[in-house]
Amino acid sequence: MFIPHTPSETEEMLKTIGVKSIADLFADVPQKYRFPKLNLPTGITEMEVVGELNEYASSNETVNDLLCFLGAGAYHHYIPAAVDSLLRRGEFYTAYTPYQPEISQGTLQAIFEFQTLIANLTGMDVSNASHYDGATATAEAGVMAYHNFRGKRPKIVLSSAVHPHYREVLCSYLCGYENITIETHGEKFDLPGNPDSLVETIDSETALVVVQYPDFFGRIFDLTTLAQKTHEQGALLAVVANPIALGLLKTPGEMGADIVVGEGQPLGIPLSFGGPYLGFFATKKEFVRKISGRLIGETVDATGRRGYVLTLTAREQHIRRDKATSNICTNQGLLALAATIYLSLVGKSGLKQVASLCYHKAHFAANLLNAIPGFSVETKTPFFHEFILKCPRPVQEINELLLDQGILGGYDLGKDCPELTNHMLVAVTEMNSKEEIEYFAKVLQEAANV
Amino acid sequence: MSEPTIYELSSAGRTGVRFPEADVPLSALPSAFLRPDLPMPELSEVDVVRHFTHLSSMNYCIDGGLYPLGSCTMKYNPKVNEETARMPGFALTHPLQPEETVQGNLALMYDLQEHLKEIAGFAAVTLEPAAGAQGEFVGVMIILAYHRSRNDTKRTKILIPDSAHGTNPATSAMSGYEVVPVPSDARGNVDVVKLREVCDDAVAGLMLTNPNTLGLFDENVLEVIKIVHEAGGLVYGDGANLNALLGIVRPGDLGFDIMHFNLHKTFSTPHGGGGPGSGPVGVAPHLVDFLPTPLVAIIENSTDEMPPLYGFVKPPKTIGRVKSFFGQFGMLVRAYTYIRMHGPEGLRKVSEYAVLNANYLLSKLEKTYTLPYKRTCMHEFVVEGCWVDVPDVHALDIAKRLMDYKFHPPTNYFPLIVHEALMIEPTETESKQSLDAFADALLAIAKEAHTEPQLLKDAPHNTPVGRLDEIKAAKELVLCCWQPDTDQ
Repeated sequence: MFIPHTPSETEEMLKTIGVKSIADLFADVPQKYRFPKLNLPTGITEMEVVGELNEYASSNETVNDLLCFLGAGAYHHYIPAAVDSLLRRGEFYTAYTPYQPEISQGTLQAIFEFQTLIANLTGMDVSNASHYDGATATAEAGVMAYHNFRGKRPKIVLSSAVHPHYREVLCSYLCGYENITIETHGEKFDLPGNPDSLVETIDSETALVVVQYPDFFGRIFDLTTLAQKTHEQGALLAVVANPIALGLLKTPGEMGADIVVGEGQPLGIPLSFGGPYLGFFATKKEFVRKISGRLIGETVDATGRRGYVLTLTAREQHIRRDKATSNICTNQGLLALAATIYLSLVGKSGLKQVASLCYHKAHFAANLLNAIPGFSVETKTPFFHEFILKCPRPVQEINELLLDQGILGGYDLGKDCPELTNHMLVAVTEMNSKEEIEYFAKVLQEAANV
Repeated sequence: MSEPTIYELSSAGRTGVRFPEADVPLSALPSAFLRPDLPMPELSEVDVVRHFTHLSSMNYCIDGGLYPLGSCTMKYNPKVNEETARMPGFALTHPLQPEETVQGNLALMYDLQEHLKEIAGFAAVTLEPAAGAQGEFVGVMIILAYHRSRNDTKRTKILIPDSAHGTNPATSAMSGYEVVPVPSDARGNVDVVKLREVCDDAVAGLMLTNPNTLGLFDENVLEVIKIVHEAGGLVYGDGANLNALLGIVRPGDLGFDIMHFNLHKTFSTPHGGGGPGSGPVGVAPHLVDFLPTPLVAIIENSTDEMPPLYGFVKPPKTIGRVKSFFGQFGMLVRAYTYIRMHGPEGLRKVSEYAVLNANYLLSKLEKTYTLPYKRTCMHEFVVEGCWVDVPDVHALDIAKRLMDYKFHPPTNYFPLIVHEALMIEPTETESKQSLDAFADALLAIAKEAHTEPQLLKDAPHNTPVGRLDEIKAAKELVLCCWQPDTDQ
C-alpha cells in the first residue's frame, strides 16, 4: 500500500544496520509493554474503505438534501469549482510550513497575497496568516491586548452579541492569566440593544473591547462612537467581522477598530461539519510585532529577484519558547489558500454581488416571515443576512416540523439565552432562491398551526 | 522569472465568477454603512488558475519527493483520504444541524475516539483541538484544572526537558505556569538525578516527548514518570513522535496521564503548506471529566433493529471549549480512513518501517556525519551538520545544498542541545531506493564541503529564488503587495 519495501529490500536494510530483525530495533521499549495487541478492526482495502465511509456519509442529511436557513457562524455559500481544483494540487496540500523559502515560494506568495486581501477587506494595515478559526482568532486578540499592556490592564469587555462559542473560547484561553477578568456586558440580548451601551463599562483597567460586526444576531451598528470612547480610555477595540458582509459594508478599520478578526469559512471553505475553517487576524501597523502566528514579508535574493519569507519569527514559540505570547505553530495554511483563491476569483464585483444577494434575499425573507401570523421579525435595526424571528412555539418543535418538510431551520437562540426562548436566528445566503424562501414561509405558517 | 501578484495581474472590469441576478425584489441598502470602495483584484478564471498553478510549481512537496523534516512526519498522504473527506455527506453538513441528521458524522467521530483510545492506551479522547499546539494547551489546562479540583494550589511549575519543542514551554507559559527546564543525560535521556532535584510539591507536571526530539526512546521513561507521579505531578506526553510507537507501545500503559495526537503527522492527513492540523487529546481515567466540551457519546444503545443514537455530551468538570464547533472534522475523516485501512497489523508495520528507515539512513550516514548520541534511533535521528576541518560550513549550508539535489532539507538547528543539528525523519513511505538517493546526496555534499565549500555557501543554485535577505524582510516589513492609498 504505502510502504514500498519488498522482503529482500528489508533484509538488505537490516543487514546494513546490523540487526537480525525489525523487532531488535525496539530494545529500548520496556519489555513488559512492548508490542501490545491492539483491539482494532482488521485493515481493509481502499475499495472497501470508500464503501464504508460512504455509509457513514450517506446517513447524514446535507445542505444539498435540505433547504438551509441555518447560519450562526457557519454559512452555506457557493464555492466556485476552481477553488477546490487548485487546492487539490499536491504541490500545495502535501507541502508543509514554508521553513525553506527557496523551495516554498508558491505557498509563501499565496499567503502573502492572503495577508493583502484580508488587510484590504477589513480596512487594516496588516494581517497574519492564520488562526484555527474565528473563535481562536478572537481569543488571540484578547491575548495580544493583555500583553500589549503588559498585564496592567486586566479587564476585557466582551459584548454578549459576540458568537457564544467565541466568548467561551476567549474565556478558556485567558483563564490562566493573572488577575484577568472578562466581563460579558451591555447588550444582554435586550433587543434591539446597541454596542454603545458598552461604553459605561470601559475604564482605565480595560485592555480590550470585543464586539461583532454584523453581530451574532446579524445586526449592523456603527462602531465609530464605541471606538472613540474605547480609545479615550486607552483601550483597544477588536471587531469580529463576517468577511462576506465586508463586500458591502464599511470596514471596521474605517470605524476605528484596532484589531479585526473573524471566521474565513464563508470565503470558499465547505461547511464540513465545523472544520477545518480559517481564523483571520488583521491589525494596525503599530501592533505588528505583537501579532501571534505566521507573517510573510517580501524581500529579494542576492541577485535581486523578488521573493517571500516568514518574517519577525523572533515572536514565535520555536524561538522565544516560554517568552512567546502564543504557542501557535501549525495553523490553517491550506484554508488561507482557499480564501485567497476564492477572493481572487470573485474579485471586486463578485464579492460585492454575493454580499448584495445575501442582503436582498435575507430582507425579502424577513418581510415574508414577518407577515406570517404568530411570527414576527424582532430585528428592528439594519441587518445583513441573519435576523431574529420570534416564533409562536419552541424553536425546537418548529425545526422538527421544518425538517419533515426538507428544511433546515434557523438556530435556536434559547439554547444560549433563556430570554430568547422561542426565538430563531434565520440565515439567508445567495444559495437560497426566492422559491425556497417562499416555501420556507409556507411551511412555517403551517408549523404555527399544527 | 518571478510570478506577478494577484494585484499586479488585476485588470479593471474582469471577474472570475458570475452570480445570478437577484430573483427577489431589492431592498434599500443601509447607505450609512456602505463601504466606498472594495479594493479586491479583478481577474478572470483563467488568470486565477494560471497564477496559482505557477505558484504551485515553486513548491517542494511530498508528492514530488522525500521530505525528511524531523519531527514533522512528512509521510505520503493517501489520495483516498481526499476523496472520503470530500464526500458530500460529510462536506455539506452544517455543524449546528440537529444531531439526528448527522448520525454518520457522530458515528465516525465516536469510532475515531475509540480507535485513538485503543492505539495509545487512554480512557477517553477529545477530537476538538485544532493542532498539536492546541492539544498541548488542552493538556496543560487539564493539569491546571485537576490540581485546582483537589484544592492543590501550590503547584506553579511545569518541567520541560531541554530537548523539547518550543510549543511545550510556550504552552505552559500561556497557561500561567513557570517553566523549569530539565537537562538531558549523556545518553540523551531525561537526567533522572536532575529531575529528582527539581521535583517537589510545586510541580504541576512534566511535558515529555517520547521518543524525544533526538529520536531516542527514553530508557528511563518508567522511572521518570514514577518520580513525577510521586511528587504529585501529572505527566503530559507530546505525541509529535507517535509515528514510532503504533503497535509498539501504548503511552497510556507507560503511565502517561495525557497525550496529544497529531493526526497530520501520524495519521497521514496532509500538512497543507502549514495546516490544517488536528490535535486530539487522550487522558487517563482520573482526567476524563476535565476534557473540553463537547465529546461524542452513545446516547441510546443499539437494538436489534436500530443502530445506536450518538450525541454530544459535556464532561462534568470540563475545562470548557477551545474552538468553535467540534474540531477539524475534515481531518478526522481522513485520519479515520487511514486507520481503518491499516488495522492493527498495518499500524504496527507503519512504525516498524518508520524506525527501520531511520536506522538504515543513520547507518549510511554515521561515518560521515557526527552522531551525538550513538544509539539505535526510533523514527528519526539527529546528526551534526558540520566538520572541524571546514569550520565555515554550517548545517544551513548543507540544508541549502540539498535543494540542488532535489531534496527537501531536514529540520535544522533543532533540537537546541545538538550543535548544528540536522534532524532527519524519513518516514515509512520512502523506499530503499529513495533513501539511498538521499544518503548519496548527503555524502556527496559532505565531500563538496571539503573540496568546494563555496558551492554550499552559495546554494541553492537551481531554485526559483536563491537565499533570501531575511534581514531586509524584517526591517522593511512589506507585508502586503498592494494597498489603497489612505488619506493619512
